Amino acid sequence: MRADSLTKRYDGKTVVDAVSFEIPKGKITSFIGPNGAGKSTVMGILSRLIARDGGEVSFKGKDVTGWKSGELAKRLAILTQTNNIQMKLTVWELVSFGRFPYSGSRLTEQDARAVNQAIEYMELADMSDSFIDELSGGQRQRAYIAMVIAQDTEYVLLDEPTNNLDVYHASNMMRIIRRLCDELGKTVILVLHEINYAAFYSDFICAFADGKIAAFGTVKEVINAKTLSNLYGVDFEILDVNGKPLSIYY
Amino acid sequence: MLISRLPRLLAVLLTGVGMSVAGLIMQQLCMNKFVSPTTGATLSSAQLGILIALVFMPRSTLWSRAAFAFAAALAGTCAFVWFIQRIKYKDAAMTPLVGMMFGNVIGGATSFLAYRYGMTQALSSWLSGHFALVIRGRYEIVYLVLPLIAIAFVFANHFNIVGMGKDFSRNLGVNYNFILFGGLAISAAITASVVVVVGSVPYIGLIVPNIVSMFRGDKIRGSLTDTALCGAIFTLACDLIGRVVIAPYELPVELIIGILGSVAFVALLIRRLKHGRKHIALGRSSRVRAAAGGIQ
Repeated sequence: MRADSLTKRYDGKTVVDAVSFEIPKGKITSFIGPNGAGKSTVMGILSRLIARDGGEVSFKGKDVTGWKSGELAKRLAILTQTNNIQMKLTVWELVSFGRFPYSGSRLTEQDARAVNQAIEYMELADMSDSFIDELSGGQRQRAYIAMVIAQDTEYVLLDEPTNNLDVYHASNMMRIIRRLCDELGKTVILVLHEINYAAFYSDFICAFADGKIAAFGTVKEVINAKTLSNLYGVDFEILDVNGKPLSIYY
Repeated sequence: MLISRLPRLLAVLLTGVGMSVAGLIMQQLCMNKFVSPTTGATLSSAQLGILIALVFMPRSTLWSRAAFAFAAALAGTCAFVWFIQRIKYKDAAMTPLVGMMFGNVIGGATSFLAYRYGMTQALSSWLSGHFALVIRGRYEIVYLVLPLIAIAFVFANHFNIVGMGKDFSRNLGVNYNFILFGGLAISAAITASVVVVVGSVPYIGLIVPNIVSMFRGDKIRGSLTDTALCGAIFTLACDLIGRVVIAPYELPVELIIGILGSVAFVALLIRRLKHGRKHIALGRSSRVRAAAGGIQ
């Protein structure tokens, strides 16, 4: 997946300014940066949820907007942070929507198996008949990830998957995402606010500032006191913990 | 028997089935339990459509009136949906209130137009729903409800997915605007074919789907048949009450449904709001749209 000089304007204000990069295949890439830097907008453009004003996104040799929506849905899944679950659906029913791009409304046996596997993978088996509005925030988030797993796409885009989760559930979620990449071989793109999660669990970091890319590289290349201080305008100190950079800021 | 009894029974059943399914679809598409033909301006727009047909095409057939009713109902519903999607309310209870006001404005326009053209009396038979005039030869349009429900059943999962939101639909490769419009069109068509035969039958589309979803959940595939059956039984019961209370005369079914329906509506409102407040108090709604689209 490659983005070439992406541009997005809202009301005359340029929020994404000629951004270009290439997403490494089979790795986890995290978008970090201050609020309003354009991270979520770029992710929206990559996944054709947001219309761009300029540039192109080449996905498997074809522009994302050139794909048939149903075909793209078999190769790329996006989970935004605005999932309002006001519906009384069971976990199983929600996860089964992930099979929609393959079989439409008629679930085959193979689909049912994929749904069950996804639910087991997310350790939700004993809750598969519970309604999602009765679950805790962490369980609900896992149900959504299970849906994305059932969708069985090569690329998975998650916008702030740890949002609204406490430390326990958030770190759990990050480990799950790591497994999606390591065990299932998916290419994962994340928008993260928590720098240390990005540093500990991802392979590459793309740092955004003012709609431009401030730095793109491996975790080691990007997570250093100088880059981060410039990015956020706050003093940073970087400690080495088990070979990974831990940022301290105050 | 074949001239009035059977048609009446069929009309009663199809009205109940049609209105409750129309309500179910609208609730799901709009992600709001309070949207229905009554609270979403569909009914009142359909009436306006009929009046326009009566005024400007005095010799219009039942079919062309139905077509006018459908066009107006669709336009009114879409305008309402567009409106509530623009304005994100904090409180789901605002939506039916806005819908009712919206409906009353259209109703006012209808009354004015009727008064202006001396049609008040002709209009009154479409303003209040009753089954007394249902006889062979002038109720068959209501059969349209059946194929429309069949279509709704085929697209049930699409409606569910669209109800989960724009991004959610796009991710699964579902064309959001197309399905939203199509679903509203089916609801409008069902409403129009009912209104043109029996007149306005309020509340069924609001109450029945809500009660069924408490037991069956919101997966439309699972709840569609139950909703249809409950709607039919509810309407039949109301019709019977209307015929028994002051026999040998009968009360219009709209009156009975209106009384039972409005009480149930208030009960529902209170229950949902309590439930909703608790939901918000648990602290899930802090960000973005969580609190907007509707409670539960």
